[in-house]
Amino acid sequence: MRVLFPFSAIVGQDEMKLALLIAAVDPGIGGVLAFGDRGTGKSTTVRALAALLPPMAAVEGCRYACDPAAPGDFCDDCRARGSIAIRHGVAVPVVDMPLGATEDRVVGALDLERALARGEKAFEPGLLARANRGFLYIDEVNLLEDHLVDLLLDVAASGENVVEREGLSVRHPARFVLVGSGNPEEGELRPQLLDRFGLSVEVRTPGDIPTRVAVVKRRDAFERDREAFAAQWREAEDAQRARIVAARALLPTVGVADAILEKTAEICLRLGTDGLRAELTLIRAARAVAALEGLAEVEIANLRTVAPAALRHRLRRDPLDEAGSTVRVARALEGLLP
Amino acid sequence: MSKAADAATGAAASAGELAAAIWADAATAAVLLALDPDGIGGVVLRARAGPAREAWLALLRACLPPDAPVRRMPTGIADARLLGGLDLAATLGAGRPIAERGLLAEADGGIVIVPMAERLPAGTAARLAQVLDAGEVFAPRGGDAARARLGVVALDEAADDEESPPSALLDRLAIHLDLDIVPPRVAVAEVPPQALMADARLRLAAVAADDDATEALCATALALGIDSLRAPLLARRVAFASAAFEGRDRVGADDLALATRLVLAPRATRLPQSAEPEQEAEPPPPPPPPPDETPTEAATPEETQALADVLLEAARAALPKGLLERLQAAALARGAARTAGRAGEQRAGDVRGRPIGTRTGDPRDGGKLNLIETLRAAAPWQKLRASAPAASAPLAQPDAVAGRPRLHIRKADFRLTRHVQRRETTTIFGVDASGSSALNRLAEAKGAVELLLADCYVRRDRVAVVAFRGRAAEILLPPTRALARARRSLAGLPGGGGTPLALGIDALVALAMAERRAQRTPTVVLLTDGRANIARDGSGGRPKAEADSLAAAKLLFGFSALVVDTSPRPHPFARQIATAMGGRYLPLPYARAESLSAAVRATLDLNKP
Repeated sequence: MRVLFPFSAIVGQDEMKLALLIAAVDPGIGGVLAFGDRGTGKSTTVRALAALLPPMAAVEGCRYACDPAAPGDFCDDCRARGSIAIRHGVAVPVVDMPLGATEDRVVGALDLERALARGEKAFEPGLLARANRGFLYIDEVNLLEDHLVDLLLDVAASGENVVEREGLSVRHPARFVLVGSGNPEEGELRPQLLDRFGLSVEVRTPGDIPTRVAVVKRRDAFERDREAFAAQWREAEDAQRARIVAARALLPTVGVADAILEKTAEICLRLGTDGLRAELTLIRAARAVAALEGLAEVEIANLRTVAPAALRHRLRRDPLDEAGSTVRVARALEGLLP
Repeated sequence: MSKAADAATGAAASAGELAAAIWADAATAAVLLALDPDGIGGVVLRARAGPAREAWLALLRACLPPDAPVRRMPTGIADARLLGGLDLAATLGAGRPIAERGLLAEADGGIVIVPMAERLPAGTAARLAQVLDAGEVFAPRGGDAARARLGVVALDEAADDEESPPSALLDRLAIHLDLDIVPPRVAVAEVPPQALMADARLRLAAVAADDDATEALCATALALGIDSLRAPLLARRVAFASAAFEGRDRVGADDLALATRLVLAPRATRLPQSAEPEQEAEPPPPPPPPPDETPTEAATPEETQALADVLLEAARAALPKGLLERLQAAALARGAARTAGRAGEQRAGDVRGRPIGTRTGDPRDGGKLNLIETLRAAAPWQKLRASAPAASAPLAQPDAVAGRPRLHIRKADFRLTRHVQRRETTTIFGVDASGSSALNRLAEAKGAVELLLADCYVRRDRVAVVAFRGRAAEILLPPTRALARARRSLAGLPGGGGTPLALGIDALVALAMAERRAQRTPTVVLLTDGRANIARDGSGGRPKAEADSLAAAKLLFGFSALVVDTSPRPHPFARQIATAMGGRYLPLPYARAESLSAAVRATLDLNKP
C-alpha cells in the first residue's frame, strides 16, 4: 500500500478534521457530510484517516472482521464457529466507494466464480462488508443515484446488511461511518437525505496566500519523498492516535449536566429543527468533543464547537434560499450561549 | 519556449504567430508529460481529430521511453477491463478463476489516452480520478492493489462549450491545451533525443524551487480566481519538469511562466487585476533565480510580488481572445453539463427499475445475471456439449463430485435482466422578458417560476431556463440540478425590448430535443404575454412574428408543454400558441400559486409511463 498523506499534516480544514475525529471516537454519530469546492483536500483528509486510526482486533478468518469483544454482533459464520482465534493489529478499513458502483458491488452478490466453476451457491461480500467497523467514503455523494444513497443510509443506520436476491438470503453486520463529500454547485442532495447525516461540514479553499503556500509546500514535500514525510509526522500522528484511544475510553463516563441539555433544547427550538435527531446528535457530538479534550463533563464551549456541524443541514429552509444556514446557526448561538 | 513567450506577450501577434506560439507550448507540454506523467497527471487536449492532434500524440509517444506503455481506452469501457477482474471466458474454459489485468494497471509508467473525453461517464471519470490520486488500482474483488502510476491524455472533441469532460478529471490533469486553431503545417516538432530525455528524468528528482516561486504560483492562482489547490500544485510540478528538461537544478522564472501558461491560465475564472501603470511603463525586471546556494533565504515580499506580476502577465497573454468575455457565461454554465458525460445515464437503465425481460451480455459490465434464463439458454446444448471432445468442453473440475452430471455453460449463454425505469424529467422554462412583459408582470412570472422551482427541487428534476427579449433568445441556464443557480440566473434577468417569441420557442425546441436525445423527458413551461412582434429573422412586425411563432410552436407538438399567459387579460394568441404546441394553457391572472403548480404537476403526470 502506498504511504498516505498524514492526517496531522493537513493544513486548515479544522472543522472537517474535528468531525472525522468525533466519528472515530463515537462511530454512532451517524456519518459525516463534507461539502465544498474541488481540490480543497476533502478526499485527502478522509483517506488520511486510514493511517491514523488505531488498529483493531478481529476474528481470524472472518470476512466481515467481526469484533471478538462483541459476540452479540457476530456474523452468522462467527456464531457457527466453535472457538474463535483473534487477530490483532487489523487496520481499520477506510473503503473508497467510486461513483457509479453497481448495487451488486455495494451490497454483495452471488459469487459468479464459484457458481460457475463449482456449482456452489455462495455469497460474495460487497463494499459494505469490507467497510464493517470502519469508514465508507463516497466522493461526489450528491451525484450518486438516489436509490444507492437510500440503501447506504439505511444500512448505516441499522448496522446490518440484508441481501435477499438471486436465491441468496444473507445478513451480515455492516457497522460503518458513512462519509460523503461533494460540490453543491454540481447538484444538491435531497433534503430528506441531508438530515440523516450526523454532522455536516463546509470545506472552503483557503483564501490567503500563506496558507495556500503552506498546503502546496507540504503536499509537494510529501510527493517527493512519501516515506520521509510520513516519518517527519509520525510523532504527531502517534499523539493524535493516542488522543483518540484515550477519548474512546473516556467517552462512556463523560457526563452531561441538565443545564447543558436545556441549552441544547433551546438552541434547537430557536432554529426550528425537525424532530429530536438534532438534539441527540448535538449532545452526542459535544460529548465526543469533551472526551477528545479529556473533560469529565460536557461544557458550553463544546456545544458551541459542534453546533454548526450538527445543525446546519437540519434547518427548515427554502431550498432556493442562498443565505447560508451556517450564519443562522451562528446567530442563534450568539443569542443563547454566553 | 522563449519564442512562444515572446509571441504570446506581443500585443499585435498575428493569427499565424499565435498559432505557432500555441503549438510551441503544446509541444513543450508533450515533452514535459513524457518526462513526468505521474506527477503532472496528464493533459486535456481540446482538438478535433486531425493532423495537429496526431502530430502532438506522435510527439508524446516519441518522447516517452521506448518501453513505456501507451494504451487507448475504448469508449464505454467496462469496469472489469478498466480495473481488472475475472476473465469470464478463460475462467469457464479452465474451470478455475483466471484473473485479467486491467487497462490502467497495464499502463503503469506510461500514458492512457481517453478519446471522446467529453462524453466520458461520471462513473468512469471517478475511477480514473481515484487511480490518479492513489497511484494504484484496487482490485474490485479485493486482493492486492496493482501499481498504476500513469498520465492521462483526455481528448476533448466537443463541438461547442456545452459539453466538456467531467470536472473530476479536468481538475486532476495539469495541462489544458486547445489545438483547434493550429493548422497542420505549423504542427511539426523536433523530437528531443532519448539521451536528453533520460538525463532530464534523472535530474527531475533533484530539481528544487525557492519559496518565492511557490508563493508566486499560489498568488497567481488566487488572482485568477482558481479555487482548487491542485492547480498551483500541478503548476509547480510542470515547472519542475520544465527546469529538468532545460538542464537546470533550480526552477527559474521561465519555467514558472510556462507553468502559468499551461496550467493556470486555462483554469482562470476571472480577469486578473491589471498591473499598475507605473509597472507597465518600465517592464518588470525578470527576477533571475539566485544561482548561488541560498535556498533558505526568505524572499522579500517585493521580489515575490514582482515574480507574481510576471506570472500574471504570462497568464493574461495566454488567455485566448474572447475567452474573458465568455468567463461570465462559463462560470454560470460551470458544473451543469460538466458533471457527467451523457452516456452514463442510458446504461443505468440496465441495473435498476422494473424488470422487462432478458438479453444476452456480459454480467461483469454491471448488468444483473438472470440465472434461470441463463440455464434455460444452456439447457438445449448440454447433450451436445457433454459428448464433445474434452478440448472443446474443457470445464475440468478436479473437485467436482464424481459421477454427478455437470453443467456446460458458455459465455454466450449468459442472460442479463433488462430493466425499464422512469426517465429523469427536465423542466425547461421559457421566460418572456420583453418590454411588454416587463411592463405587465415579469416580476410575477419570475415569482411563479420560483414556486415551480421549489416543486422541481422536491422531485429532483433538472431545470433549464431560456429567456428571450430584444432580438435574441438566450439560454440563461443549461439543464442542471443546482436550482439555486436557476434562481440566481432569473433574479438577474433584466426586462425590456421586443418580443422575439419565435426565437424563444426555437430555443426551447432545441433544448427539448437535446434532452430527449439524452434520454430524459423534457417538459416545457413557457411564460409569455403572447405579444410577439419580432420575427425569426429579427425583423419587426406583428403578423410575421405571430406566423413564425406558431410555426415554431408546432415543432413542440408531442412534448408535454404548458403556456402560462402573463398578460393582464387572457390573450387569444397565447392560447393559440398553446394549442399549436398541443399543450395546456393557463392564464396567470387567475393563477394563484397553488393552481399554477397543480397545472405543472398535471402536465408532468402526462409523462408517467
